Amino acid sequence: MKQTIPPPLRSASVLTVCLLGFALGACGSGENRVTAGNRDGVLHWGNASEPQGLDPHIATGVPEHKIIMALMEGLVLKDTTTLEPIPGVAKRWEISDDGLVYTFYLRENARWSNGDPHNAHDYVWSWWRALQPALGNLYAYMYFPIKNAQAYYEGKISDFDQVGVKALDDFTLQVSLNDPTPYFLQLLDHYSLFPVHRPTIEKFGAPDERGTRWTFEGNLVGNGAFQLEEWKINRYVRVGRNPYYWGAGDVKLNQIYFYPTENITTEERMFRAGQLHYTYEVPVDKVAVYQEKGSGELQIYPYLGSYFYRFNTRVEHLSDRRVRRALAMAVDRQQITDQVLKAGQVPSYAVTPPDTMGYFPESDLTFDPDKARALLTEAGYPDGAGFPKTEILYNTSEEHRKVAVAIQQMWKQYLNIDVTLLNQEWKVYLDSETNMDYEISRASWIGDYVDPNNFLDMWLCNGGNNRTGWCNPEYDRLVLEAAPKASSHEERLEIFKTAEKMLLADMPVLPIYIYTSKHLINPAIRNFPKNILNQPSFKDIYLDPSAARVAEAH
Amino acid sequence: MLRFAAGRLLQAIPVLLVVITATFLLVHSAPGGPFSAEKAVPAEVIKALEAQYQLDQPLWKQYVSYLGDIVNGNFGPSFKYPGRSVNELIAAGLPITAELGLYAMLIAVLIGISAGVFASLRPNTLQDYVPMSAAMLGICMPSFLLGPLLVLIFGIYLEWLPVSGWGDIPGDKILPSITLGAAYAAYIARLSRGQMLEVLSQDYIRTARAKGLPEPLIVVKHALRGGLIPVVAFLGPAFAGLLGGSFVVETIFQIPGLGRFYVQAAFNRDYTMILGMTIFFASLIILFNLLSDMLAIWLNPKLRHGSGAAKP
Repeated sequence: MKQTIPPPLRSASVLTVCLLGFALGACGSGENRVTAGNRDGVLHWGNASEPQGLDPHIATGVPEHKIIMALMEGLVLKDTTTLEPIPGVAKRWEISDDGLVYTFYLRENARWSNGDPHNAHDYVWSWWRALQPALGNLYAYMYFPIKNAQAYYEGKISDFDQVGVKALDDFTLQVSLNDPTPYFLQLLDHYSLFPVHRPTIEKFGAPDERGTRWTFEGNLVGNGAFQLEEWKINRYVRVGRNPYYWGAGDVKLNQIYFYPTENITTEERMFRAGQLHYTYEVPVDKVAVYQEKGSGELQIYPYLGSYFYRFNTRVEHLSDRRVRRALAMAVDRQQITDQVLKAGQVPSYAVTPPDTMGYFPESDLTFDPDKARALLTEAGYPDGAGFPKTEILYNTSEEHRKVAVAIQQMWKQYLNIDVTLLNQEWKVYLDSETNMDYEISRASWIGDYVDPNNFLDMWLCNGGNNRTGWCNPEYDRLVLEAAPKASSHEERLEIFKTAEKMLLADMPVLPIYIYTSKHLINPAIRNFPKNILNQPSFKDIYLDPSAARVAEAH
Repeated sequence: MLRFAAGRLLQAIPVLLVVITATFLLVHSAPGGPFSAEKAVPAEVIKALEAQYQLDQPLWKQYVSYLGDIVNGNFGPSFKYPGRSVNELIAAGLPITAELGLYAMLIAVLIGISAGVFASLRPNTLQDYVPMSAAMLGICMPSFLLGPLLVLIFGIYLEWLPVSGWGDIPGDKILPSITLGAAYAAYIARLSRGQMLEVLSQDYIRTARAKGLPEPLIVVKHALRGGLIPVVAFLGPAFAGLLGGSFVVETIFQIPGLGRFYVQAAFNRDYTMILGMTIFFASLIILFNLLSDMLAIWLNPKLRHGSGAAKP
């Protein structure tokens, strides 16, 4: 009996093979996206996730931040290396001697991306909009150094004319502050203070309406070096040069593609296959691989972010500061950064990262198991005896788990106490932490601007980000009243040092390490700054194909 | 047949209502709301947001108004992506997920049936063992393992195919389709082999052989039709499963389909998005089950002509 494959099946298989072959042949052109991009000035950027929206007065995430920085611009920019303020839409500015009044002189040649003139009145209207409570602007507090801005936002005054922002003429903007605020110029480079195009917003809805379509493809009008060309949901956002930008002649890239790469292992593979110039992250287990390879693609540099644990000071045994300090002293941070994380993170013994605007926190915290044991004995738990059941809460992540396991072991080894670990999905974790339904909880804070105030004002008695139950009126006085009234930069930093020492003496937080930014960066990318805000300036970046070839040859 | 279809569609209404109610309650009772964030959200902002999305109303009122919207085919606005409606997001992802599902299904059917029939022709020989062992491996290997493995081989080492994307770079649809289709191909291979073996031992096949019909004709014309019945019954749920279960493949290959939205919506507590997607997938599953049942009736003369046709 002769048995063969039935003809229809045979032809189907042949068809499949042909289709596959055709597709394979079609992709055999040999040039990948990055190589083509290097030639054409097109940057392919891994951007973590699909942007929720591109309204600068609503957005809060880092991926949104990156795209908005390409599309819009503030009065003042930052030098991407020194982070010193440099002219943006304002070509120069004056600060009154008492530091309370800023006068900005705007460029006459500034234009919106549709060619409309761009002037001082745009700022008055935009800032009015940003302070409308119905808009739900989470960054409204960035405006609070401005005179009466907080009162207006909270509805205590209803007349916006009383808020300290005025257009003296078309190209002169005057801003009055409550107190001299050394970081005020920095805030102007934060997207929450960017101007928006009034006619566009009004065309698509009320000024304080959330989620209108004004930021969508074909609608958005901005004032940045690039303009929105295409927005394919979950695929990419593409921006191209804005011909009306005041500095259009100096912009080097032609286009930037921002890809939502939420899966970081896929992102790393995309980089390897020449589909991305830049990755938003590097998987922990790939760091060592790239370090060994020594190709220079892996770039690690300090980041203005603090990784710490919160103590719930309302839990009975954790309300004793000796217990909190004992736990903090029994953590070997060096071992965590060197053996567990292995990506250049810096052990930290204070909340504010060192060298934040020339500020170096002073801390008496060290890794000292003997002293930790003594403190624990003093608190009534000799050799850990009778120490109540304690739990470390963290949101689901491999990195957080590894750190928590290490700390769990250290506390067992040095203090002979047992703690359990609890991981929760992100939103559940946020709920637990906000409701103070935890004992010890993993947390972090990334700076919005480079100033110790940004790390210290979260521990105020009624601060929404405090979440430890810790409250010290004297600390509040130092941060809220004494520091803003300081007569000099040095005096101000001294006041912050005193405040941070108070915080560390009570230790409602357990500092662990300072973050690093880690990315895979194609050698063709030039003018890429490695600053602590991890803030690129897209208008300065350019691609050098020869650099990529040299790197390949090595 | 029409009466059968109409009856089944009527039955779908209470099923969908249960799905909607259960999902609605589950979503609203999950800890963490759509607007919670790492940075403290001021109470007045939360209030403004809840008012905008009517979350400040009693739950039953929200439920009733939501049902009203659904009847009008409106899944509401997405919480996570201000300005975009759930309908719009589904419309953006569906063609991609459907295309991916279709290719995966084609691969599954072509490879699965060929392998199954091939193996059944010489049971318990090498011709049977090789494809069936491969099928076993295919069933056992999850897509989150197979996907990266294929990417490593064809994307990174051989540099033949792109490692991610959908329709951006030529050839980027191949690996995801194979990854998604592989497990189904394996399952279909085993199903068709089993049924083919049974059919090939039936009297009417022996009659056909006795009449001296050529073997390919026997296999294709007489055996295959019967041999495919379980495969067809499997196709409906399988296609719905392909659409709903594509999120792993979509995540691995960075494909902007529905599955990725579904997962993100759950993590973000995007209530309307979760509900919209659940209802959408539930309807698809019901529809595909109905279609495959109808196809099975058409294929099976016993059901077509007997009383079985009235049975759901």
